Amino acid sequence: MRTIINKIIEKFNRNEARLMDILLDVQAEFGLISGDAVTLIAEGLNISSVDVQQTISFYHFFSQKSRGKYTIYLNDSAVAYMMGRADIARTFEEECKCKFGSVTEDGQIGLFNTACIGMNDQEPAAIINGIVFPKLTESCVKDIVNGMKEGKSVPEMMGELGDGENSNKLLNSMVNNNIMKTGSVLFSDYKNGTAINKLVTMTPKEVIGEVKASHIRGLGGAGFPTGMKWDFCSMAEGDERFVLCNADEGEPGTFKDRVILTELPNLIFEGMTIAAYAIGAKEGILYLRQEYHYMKAYLESVLDKLREENYLGKDIAGKIGFNFDIRIQFGAGAYVCGEESALIESCEGKRGEPRNRPPFPVQKGYLQKPTVINNVETLCSVVKIIENGGEWFSMMGTKETAGTKLLSISGDCKYPGVYEVEWGIRIRDMLEMVGGEEAYAVQVSGPSGICISKKDFKRTICFEDLPSGGSIIIIGKERNLIKDIVCNFMDFFIDESCGSCVPCRSLPLILKNKLQKLLDGNGVMSDLTDLENWSKNMKAANRCGLGQTAANPILSTLKNFREDYEALIKNKEKDFDTGFNLDAAVAASCEAVGRNPQI
Amino acid sequence: MSEKIKFTIDGKECIAKKGQYILEAALENGIYIPFLCNMKGVKPAGSCRLCNVKINGRNMTACTTPVAAGMEVESEIPELQELRLSIIEMLFVEGNHFCPSCEKSGNCELQALAYKFQMLVPRFPYEFPIKEVDASSPKLYIDRNRCIKCKRCIRNIKDENGKSYFAFYKRAHDVEICLDKELAATMSDELAQKAMDTCPVGAILRKEKGFDQPIGTRKFDKQAIGTDIISVVENINMEVKE
Amino acid sequence: MSKPVVATTSLSGCFGCHMSLLDIDERILDLIDVVEFNKSPIDDIKEFTKQCDIGIIEGGCCNSENVHVLKDFRKNCKILISLGECAIMGGLPALRNGIPIKECLDEAYLNGPTAQIGNEEQILPNDEELPMILDKVYPCHEVVKIDYYLPGCPPRADLIWDALVALVTGNELKLPYEVVKFD
Repeated sequence: MRTIINKIIEKFNRNEARLMDILLDVQAEFGLISGDAVTLIAEGLNISSVDVQQTISFYHFFSQKSRGKYTIYLNDSAVAYMMGRADIARTFEEECKCKFGSVTEDGQIGLFNTACIGMNDQEPAAIINGIVFPKLTESCVKDIVNGMKEGKSVPEMMGELGDGENSNKLLNSMVNNNIMKTGSVLFSDYKNGTAINKLVTMTPKEVIGEVKASHIRGLGGAGFPTGMKWDFCSMAEGDERFVLCNADEGEPGTFKDRVILTELPNLIFEGMTIAAYAIGAKEGILYLRQEYHYMKAYLESVLDKLREENYLGKDIAGKIGFNFDIRIQFGAGAYVCGEESALIESCEGKRGEPRNRPPFPVQKGYLQKPTVINNVETLCSVVKIIENGGEWFSMMGTKETAGTKLLSISGDCKYPGVYEVEWGIRIRDMLEMVGGEEAYAVQVSGPSGICISKKDFKRTICFEDLPSGGSIIIIGKERNLIKDIVCNFMDFFIDESCGSCVPCRSLPLILKNKLQKLLDGNGVMSDLTDLENWSKNMKAANRCGLGQTAANPILSTLKNFREDYEALIKNKEKDFDTGFNLDAAVAASCEAVGRNPQI
Repeated sequence: MSEKIKFTIDGKECIAKKGQYILEAALENGIYIPFLCNMKGVKPAGSCRLCNVKINGRNMTACTTPVAAGMEVESEIPELQELRLSIIEMLFVEGNHFCPSCEKSGNCELQALAYKFQMLVPRFPYEFPIKEVDASSPKLYIDRNRCIKCKRCIRNIKDENGKSYFAFYKRAHDVEICLDKELAATMSDELAQKAMDTCPVGAILRKEKGFDQPIGTRKFDKQAIGTDIISVVENINMEVKE
Repeated sequence: MSKPVVATTSLSGCFGCHMSLLDIDERILDLIDVVEFNKSPIDDIKEFTKQCDIGIIEGGCCNSENVHVLKDFRKNCKILISLGECAIMGGLPALRNGIPIKECLDEAYLNGPTAQIGNEEQILPNDEELPMILDKVYPCHEVVKIDYYLPGCPPRADLIWDALVALVTGNELKLPYEVVKFD
């Protein structure tokens, strides 16, 4: 073990900032990161063991115990449940004779829940030893578990490959793209390298000027003007600069980056190269979520090809002195790493805890150097902006939100998938487009966004009305909004807080318990006031976007679906109900001493 | 001498060194802003969120935000005091804070804040979480029931090579502090004392020590937290020169 | 006008809060001038004989009897006060709250050092007459509605005095810094 671990540490130059990669390699090698491995890594990097453990224990996919020869991570997002996740989970448990969160007695199969894996358009889905199994049925679960019992390898159990590049032998994936609508920016015809060839004829100032002229705003959700971000970064003091691409798409319900990474990886890397040229960066990092690890070989091959074609590396496209290269940094399962400063921390091998601002990443980002972080989709759009000019882009969309947007649409609709639309699309038109006219509610921009009712279906998707990072979840009448959706979202936020800020660590669970009190029939009207007031503190007190929006599922449904909450309160006059249940409270002790409870 | 700038807290004129954090500057001007995770001389964490102040209508933590010239800071306003009290209450229900049996009672900063805000009962239900106590190291006793995850120990207690004795473990609701066993085995008495003094609550205690101050003579028995702050600024107009 | 009627009880507590009530010293004479005691260990009245104005609760709820008494107080008193840490947050009895009840019982009656002699038959008490143990110790306000809280272990005598005077006279209760303490 010592030799192997030392080799891994050497591979990353004994650099503490590469701890994530070291841990990923160690886990890939041994299936877990044992106590001995922790000691060896700590020795090798000359840090204390608790510093290694703090990173391991932060990420969902790292484990200090074996999670089985076959490790099954079954998505537990709200949409997965809509698509029959409960039956799939039950079948797995029955077939494996083991509960989720544990490993079979023989140590062969581990069953684990995981947050949205970016497959909402083909749920229920699981990741088994890194391979995505979409559209699971009870019979295919039985086949999979039987295969495991026979000792088959996971690739042997795979079914039909997906469309497009998914069937490329480097991807070899059963995932389908489900591209339902192509638009005029991302999916327009493009010859690889065109933008880079044009780029090198421009000055960095001209590049930033073109991006500014396009009025493009960050498409990850926050909507900060990209040109301005680049400008700030290029002006910030620093001897080195970095370009980071955020491919962590962890917002439940979004999967558009998956499709871009599969079909248009060139655009991402060209976009990063353009950003690098504009700000003067030599190094770029694509931060990719662990859930998309199956793309590793494929994306590496795309990078290799770009290097061969001189679109990456030294003197790019013949421009002397323009040097830039990209590495892929995998995450290990943490929604909060989609927050840009947490992403930087993760790239530096640390826990993904968001930083305090100021300073902003453009001033002090990766390794404390000026850093631009952009979303996958933003960088791809920039390629087209350089190709066709800023003005071309600015003509599309709305007054304050130029261009197009990729929507990841899932839930109760006929045609889930990815749609490239111009900003400003009306919710009602969108529902018609996807066969979701019957919607009871629409969750715009994922759990951290807002949940709207019919009366808001006339509203439009754009920053001046309903901003969206792309996740659209359609919720049908047959759903119990509070139980099936709001509680699921709160569970997500309870698990995904980094744990630093007190309110974000503590309140989501308190709020969830309050929801449960209502669902149990013990609610009183003042519980609704409490829910509202306490939820507001989340926004007021927390440091990062995750914490500030973690109560949005409650706040927006309280506002738009108040009648659903009030329906849970049987007696509206009642001013107090603790929900205390004597039968339940004495059950365990009566059983322990062997007597009949007498209430 | 570093450049001095003027700003105000709740309308009171204050001065700060350029680049100084609001919280630090406030203390020097004799103004107390409640906090738990901050510690003089230690890089601010901004994690307890108690020192949230309002600047241009936006909440910012005073411990991590540098003063800007002319900045108008609001601190003791009902909205923020209410927010602070609710954070204190969250800390009381998310841990197991049995004050009557705690060695730190009377000297505990969390308890002192509850006294200052006259918290009679938290508005939130008690969680009574299950937490491990770690008494495996020779000098220290770690009681995670009382830990408020302020990270002061993580930031302040290092060995001569800069290695951390303490670190976070796990995340979200389950986050806890861990003491490095190997380093703890050779910890000096001085460092153990420093660790205990660094902890604002009773989560890090020296072994074979405790309850040595009678009730009535402890730090916060008679004097509220933050009332002993003395301004070091003598004359604002004299100190700020062009 | 008739005097306000006060009832008190100790649930899962140590009677320390009642001791602190007695610690108001000679002011107890003033107190009985202005209030009348009903069900309380102070006058040894065992059952409510009339509707009361103020119920003072010491201790949290650790068994079914505590719950019944507390609910009885809620029914018979206009105002309920949680007096002391145990009533407010379970107090020291709630130190068991993280431990499964079976483990607690085994330790108390079978495995603990004091259980070795006297329980040779290894019996966990299960007589129907005994109150049933709750899964955890509950703060009073998590069982019934509580109107006021007076913290302390025990609450300072002055705090109890000031609070009762304020309630009886209808004056505003001012709490000096020194009286609100948790130990």
